Amino acid sequence: MASAMHYVPDAFASQTAILCAECGIVIQPNGANMCIGCLRNSVDITEGIPKETNLNNCRGCERWFAPPANWQAAALESQDLLSICLKKIAKPLSKVRLINAKFLWTEPHSKRLKVEVTIQKEILTNTVLQQTFVLLLIVHGGQCPDCARLAAKNTWKASVQVRQKVNHKRTFLFLEQLILKHNAHKDCLSISEKKDGLDFFYADRNSAIKMTEFLNGVVPIRIKASEQLISSDTHNNTANYKFTYSIEIVPICKDDLVVIPPKLAKQWGNINPLTFCSRVGNSIHLMDPSTLQHTDVAAPLYWRQPFDSLATVRDLVEFIVLDIEPSGPVKGKFVLADAQVVRNSGSGATAGDEDGMGGGDGIFHTRTHLGAILQPGDTVLGFHISKANYNSDAFECLDPTRTPDVVLVKKTYPNRRKKSKPRNWKLKSIAVEADDMAHQTGGVGRGALGRRGGVDSQKVEKDYELFLRDLEEDPEFRSAVNLYKAEKPSTDVNMTAGSGLGGKKQNTVRMANDMEIEEDADEAEEQPEDDDDMEEEEADFPDIELHELLEDLAIEEEPVYGPQEDEE
Amino acid sequence: MAVRAQFENSSDIGVFAKLTNSYCLTALASSSNFYSVFEAELQDVIPVIHTTIAGTRIVGRLTAGNRHGLLVPSTTTDQELQHLRNALPEEVAIQRIEERLSALGNVIACNDYVALVHPDIDRETEEIIADTLKVEVFRQTVASNVLVGSYCALSNQGGLVHPKTSRSEQDELSSLLQVPLVAGTVNRGSDVIGAGLVVNDWCAFTGIDTTATEISVIEATFKLQGQTQSAVINEMRDSLIDNYA
Repeated sequence: MASAMHYVPDAFASQTAILCAECGIVIQPNGANMCIGCLRNSVDITEGIPKETNLNNCRGCERWFAPPANWQAAALESQDLLSICLKKIAKPLSKVRLINAKFLWTEPHSKRLKVEVTIQKEILTNTVLQQTFVLLLIVHGGQCPDCARLAAKNTWKASVQVRQKVNHKRTFLFLEQLILKHNAHKDCLSISEKKDGLDFFYADRNSAIKMTEFLNGVVPIRIKASEQLISSDTHNNTANYKFTYSIEIVPICKDDLVVIPPKLAKQWGNINPLTFCSRVGNSIHLMDPSTLQHTDVAAPLYWRQPFDSLATVRDLVEFIVLDIEPSGPVKGKFVLADAQVVRNSGSGATAGDEDGMGGGDGIFHTRTHLGAILQPGDTVLGFHISKANYNSDAFECLDPTRTPDVVLVKKTYPNRRKKSKPRNWKLKSIAVEADDMAHQTGGVGRGALGRRGGVDSQKVEKDYELFLRDLEEDPEFRSAVNLYKAEKPSTDVNMTAGSGLGGKKQNTVRMANDMEIEEDADEAEEQPEDDDDMEEEEADFPDIELHELLEDLAIEEEPVYGPQEDEE
Repeated sequence: MAVRAQFENSSDIGVFAKLTNSYCLTALASSSNFYSVFEAELQDVIPVIHTTIAGTRIVGRLTAGNRHGLLVPSTTTDQELQHLRNALPEEVAIQRIEERLSALGNVIACNDYVALVHPDIDRETEEIIADTLKVEVFRQTVASNVLVGSYCALSNQGGLVHPKTSRSEQDELSSLLQVPLVAGTVNRGSDVIGAGLVVNDWCAFTGIDTTATEISVIEATFKLQGQTQSAVINEMRDSLIDNYA
């Protein structure tokens, strides 16, 4: 055999054995030349690591204090809690190698947590010792700053009071949508409704300032800041304040009739004082419907000499267009036109006769900016000035001979409205976002508004409907807010009314699938209506295209509706 | 008889002392405690000499010697050489060596008959060693360490070698030296035997950290109390019980 030619020391000869330096048992030589037991006795690798430390737990919210300033929610024996515990000994632990850490069971009421920690450390060259020890954590109850503030009923530090002194809520409904779109409410602690407006509460001043800046960017406002001293410490020269920002929105809304005081009208390009508000953005846009001349009134300019609106949306009455003839000037989407209109109401035609106005036939001649969209036979909303009794000095100053009888403001679609077709879109609400209890339990009101119930909430419902119509009819207005797909159109009363055997396809089926809504309308027309209303619908009714709508992802999954799901 | 000692808080006494059967060198310390330990044991038997080598105190590492002679490095001053000549017994030869590996204590391990030397030592030096110390010279390593003087301690009775020396290597070395060898430690597990221990035929000095177990191994190895193998084991047991009582 080849191996026989070489000297190969046998296993015994290649072995070495010495006596342990401490106890004298025979061992293999190692770095320390000691047996494991003696090594463990002589070197403590857990030296410098505290075996007992404290842990702070909030009694209110049961969160754990994670230094330096964090309060973290973690279940008992959870990974998160383990990391909080180990962070307590992070500094000495950095000098050794952490092998394992686990909780030992302790009675939950004992206020003690035990963590078994296994560590390794190289004590001599090539000699690594592993050791396990138990870290005892004593749980100290207490209050976290959040709970402390809650307990002291000192929850907010800054509030923003938004007010608009008008007798409707449409501005706030719009504001709510704007806030939602821009996520401006995310730091808000609570929102409460007050007369003529809303209060927003914040935990810190910066968030409130951010809110005021946001509002300043979207609506014409006036800001007044004030502060209330809660406490002060003269020793370290600190003071605790509550800040309040009072914000007043210009009380002029879209489609309001405004008479500019003559002096201002002269200053603002000698505009005709009788105007209506065409748009409210960062500033208010006033337009003279008879010349298309318009002026832009910024908030500071307005507040220097405030004026009120003469008539509001509430005072609008319906007219029927008899004839319309564009007269030339065009400004953007507005086209100046001469129109003949007649009052549309039960008392419509006769009213003119009774009042003795508009000639004997009750026909009014007026100039309007709506030349582009009005057709003979259309219904239009306008202010009936000659019939109204305005109690305004500025109005008195106007030359009565030059004041039009009627100011048309916007087109309306009464036939379409009568059908009260369910909308295929919806809006979100802050109340839903905030997971409001009142909302979930079917409380009254729309979002943050109208929760006081009674007449107020009915008014809000009405304003909400008007607001939705505004959104439908004005794409520019619509672009400022987020619209969402309604996941299930409400099975309203009109549904049962409209569905005979012929009504094979219900709206329910169609909405879920992405069909054109327009088609829906045709379908609806074919159905025999219980109502006597067999007229043609307004052809140019502004529909909201599906691509304008957003998916609402926060809602729980619903199965896709199979066709004919609720039929037969 | 093994005695514990320390040199100015250091337990590496082999660095600061050299012990043979006919003389003992100790370093100059700030106090005479270290010297006194040797003096107490060796008084009236052999001379205990205070000295420096090349102005340093590490006399144990720089010199090599036995009953017949003393080798000092070339850096030793004439004055030191004169002092040593005056203090050493007449029959001890003293020789200064021109050697690149000047820490002679580290590269030479010897008893009165055999010397183990560093494998790279000069041929000339090897001859001088053989002539001066009257020994057979073997170029060897101990547990793969070339510094044989650092990793073993030899007397005419036995030898203690590096703890990692395998049995076959121990057998090989002991057949060269003709004395029994034991692998062991000093100073609570230290493997630099030469630095922790100085020994002659009747007494040994070890570092202050040396445990009772190590002392008993040393005494058994160098037959310092005329003990047999079984007595060593008994002694070891006693010390064990002593330690953990």
